[in-house]
Amino acid sequence: MENLQLVLPEIFLSLSIMFLLILGVFKKNSSRLVQSLSLAVLIITAVITFNETIGINETKIFNNSIIIDYLSSLMKIITLLAAFLVLIISSNYLKTFQIFKIEYPILILSSVLGMMVMINSNDLIVFYMGLELQSLALYVLATFNRDQIKSSEAGLKYFVLSALSSGLLLYGCSLIYGFTGSTNFNVIADQLNSNEYALTFGIVFILVGLAFKISAVPFHMWAPDVYEGSPTSVTLFFTMVPKIAALTVFIRFLYVPFLNLIDQWQMILIFLSIASMLFGAIAAIGQTNLKRLVAYSSIGHVGYALAGVAAGTNDGIQSSVIYITIYILMNLGLFSCLLMLKRDNNYYEKIDDLSGLSKNHPMLALSLLIILFSLAGIPPLAGFFAKFYVFKAVIEQSMYFLAIVGLLSTVVAAFYYLRLIKIMYFDEQKEKYDTDHGFWLKFSLTASTLLILIYFIFPSQLIEVVSRIDII
Amino acid sequence: MNFPILSSLILLPSIGALFLFFTKSDKKNNFTGKYVALFTSAVNFFLSIYLWILFDPTTSEFQFVEERIWIKDLINYKVGVDGISILFILLTTFITPLCIVSVNNSIKERLSEFLIAVLIMESFMIGVFCSLDLVIFYLFFEAGLIPMFLIIGIWGGARRVYSAFKFFLYTLLGSVLMLVAIITIYWLNGTTDVVELYNSGIDIKYQNLLWLAFFSSFAVKTPMWPVHTWLPDAHVEAPTAGSVLLAAILLKMAGYGFIRFSLGLFPTASEIFTPLIYTLSVIAIIFTSFIALMQEDMKKLIAYSSVAHMGYVTLGIFTIQQQGIEGSIIQMISHGLVSAALFLCVGVVYDRMHSRLINTYGGIVSIIPKYSILFMLFTLAALGLPGTSGFVGEFLILMGAFKDNFLVAVIASLGVIIGAAYMLWLYKRVVFGKLINTDLKQMFDLNRSELFILSCLAVPTLFFGFYPDPLINTIEVSISDLIDQYNFKLASKT
Repeated sequence: MENLQLVLPEIFLSLSIMFLLILGVFKKNSSRLVQSLSLAVLIITAVITFNETIGINETKIFNNSIIIDYLSSLMKIITLLAAFLVLIISSNYLKTFQIFKIEYPILILSSVLGMMVMINSNDLIVFYMGLELQSLALYVLATFNRDQIKSSEAGLKYFVLSALSSGLLLYGCSLIYGFTGSTNFNVIADQLNSNEYALTFGIVFILVGLAFKISAVPFHMWAPDVYEGSPTSVTLFFTMVPKIAALTVFIRFLYVPFLNLIDQWQMILIFLSIASMLFGAIAAIGQTNLKRLVAYSSIGHVGYALAGVAAGTNDGIQSSVIYITIYILMNLGLFSCLLMLKRDNNYYEKIDDLSGLSKNHPMLALSLLIILFSLAGIPPLAGFFAKFYVFKAVIEQSMYFLAIVGLLSTVVAAFYYLRLIKIMYFDEQKEKYDTDHGFWLKFSLTASTLLILIYFIFPSQLIEVVSRIDII
Repeated sequence: MNFPILSSLILLPSIGALFLFFTKSDKKNNFTGKYVALFTSAVNFFLSIYLWILFDPTTSEFQFVEERIWIKDLINYKVGVDGISILFILLTTFITPLCIVSVNNSIKERLSEFLIAVLIMESFMIGVFCSLDLVIFYLFFEAGLIPMFLIIGIWGGARRVYSAFKFFLYTLLGSVLMLVAIITIYWLNGTTDVVELYNSGIDIKYQNLLWLAFFSSFAVKTPMWPVHTWLPDAHVEAPTAGSVLLAAILLKMAGYGFIRFSLGLFPTASEIFTPLIYTLSVIAIIFTSFIALMQEDMKKLIAYSSVAHMGYVTLGIFTIQQQGIEGSIIQMISHGLVSAALFLCVGVVYDRMHSRLINTYGGIVSIIPKYSILFMLFTLAALGLPGTSGFVGEFLILMGAFKDNFLVAVIASLGVIIGAAYMLWLYKRVVFGKLINTDLKQMFDLNRSELFILSCLAVPTLFFGFYPDPLINTIEVSISDLIDQYNFKLASKT
């Protein structure tokens, strides 16, 4: 009998999803109830994950197809918490557009379930299953505001392109299966014969698929359109939560079965990283829509996270995890600000709408200022430390080129963050925005800003949390 | 020493800023806000004087060292002062209250935010001068960009956006390479603690590249020719208090960095790149002096003169002579006082006439005599007249330079003449001559706070001009030790 306790979080989450679905169907007007219950479910799942799995050593169950270790537990908890925050701050937005329906929390829960499966996976098939589960939920989420053409278009675009990338990914899986005779990560590692070029092809195809999911250049084309078209709360979800799972799979997939082929995938990863950092920084300069700008900025940030993965060491992995955690925090703050740009049931998402914000809403502008400087990586804010750890790991491997290009692209990126600050602080003021934002939105903005601001006082804590990650 | 005096110096202005942040800003409270800021910075000034009194100038060891674990197994928070850094801390704490007094006349809106930015800036700058860890140093060095960007951008003049961006991006671009270098040093030596690095030295193979990376950051910040172009823009557009902070303190961070890090950590590379520094310094001295000669905007003229003065500073540092480095530090202190005063002088007439163009003025000597006297004093100090602090610095630098390289010293000495030319010409055109512009007649002379600020700056300028001993005593031992170390490392490794 397998130790079912280890997958208790997933079991609990799936049962809850089914229960909530039934509840939603049979009870009229239950969207508020379902929303609250979903929040509770996310928290309970996180607690279960914390209690059951975070302390244990690496364990594989179900024929070695699922792996429970510190990395997976940590990433699951981060995913769950991020999803919780997204869900809790999106309710006002959804109500404004009258799409506050039971499906929304349930879809988020199912995609979170998919991500948890991905994070746990130690087998290509399990991994693919998780990936598709989360993707299917995300397609629907992108079209959630179905009366708007843009939203439908975003969902369709995402679906078509994502399906293509899934196809490539599957093709890669089948190549690897064909040459090693197994889908299990550990068996693949044993059977590995680096002379098989077809294996490299397999890795490349899978990397393409993963790069697509994490929106790394040159597989990023969907991101700006989808981010722009989707409802803002869904965009927030897109920029934060799937990235955690995809990054974990990146780490797991490259470091467990293919560590010995590091020479072959390292180059690809460095390319992805450099291209993302540079392209994200340069392309964002011309944007006039905040959501598109965030899309490009998130492409850039994914590049930095991948730089840590490319280092090929535990330090690198840890720095990536720190990076993505801090990035999530910053993004949460950024979107909380976006969700506050509301006037008369209308959300504003043009860059110019920020004009003179510092005069009308000084606190909101100040928070956004801190978040933007942090995103630009200016010390002493949290974003600087994220970059510092990544580049420390990278330079320890003597990858100076990557480090220098990365840091130079932060200078380019600083330009568009500064432009936002300029618009907020130096330009003339416009009409005021609404101020009744609800407790949770204010809470998430204040909390994330404060954490970013005072991170430098307690930098050791986060390092301690990730320092137990040990993959190699 | 149990009382953490350096950390208090760093923290105190921030606490003041925090306090200001939580006091509501209406018209009435702006008033109290100003006094809160003034009080905080004055306390900080007296604290730093106390530090100077306690400071023992007979040793080159770092004093008042505080060390705490910051990022476990990675970086320790470590601060301390020696003879080189303590004067810069004093300069910072001295200039900041004067800036705060000066906002009376120039800053009209969002006063409390401005004061918050100035106070936070002070925290960061003191942090730069006393940090003994490369990462901490970088942290403070870079963090200063944020308040300065806002000061220029929010309270600046017509082209403020352009200038603020240029300032920010130039400095950031220079600094990121320094970050790479710092991480590389960590990777090579396993520590970023400056004291330990002084003792262990850095692998010669890497020194040249590391030196260049640090140089890229300091050269932009100094600023050296040809990356000085952000400075005139930033100065011209910044509000008076911003210009003062920029000229008096921000520029000194790079000179300090050159002494502390380039000389201290990379002696071999410094020796190799000395000709580069000499060339750039001499170009800065001659070339920007000529540019200054042709300026029509007073602030721009003083900004270019800053570039030239900083040229002397870098020249003096890399002579690696006792006199040269001493001269550089005194020149930096003196320039801190004098350029601050000159910017304030420009601010005074700008507040009355709203023009910085030289040809707006002329013949104001009979209208505002007090102003003209003080302005003359600082003009003469800027061109290095004996009896002012500017003379001591320049003289020592040139003495050091003559010992090291005759040709460079001769060319640099010629720069003094051009320096005298543009400053005197500026003074002549603004103060003397015929009173053509009749609007000038309505100008009133210095008010109390202006008189107070300018006198505060005039006293040390004259005092240290006649009696530079307190400064030299403070820095002497540290510098001779630095040079000994430098020569020792050079001899033992090549």
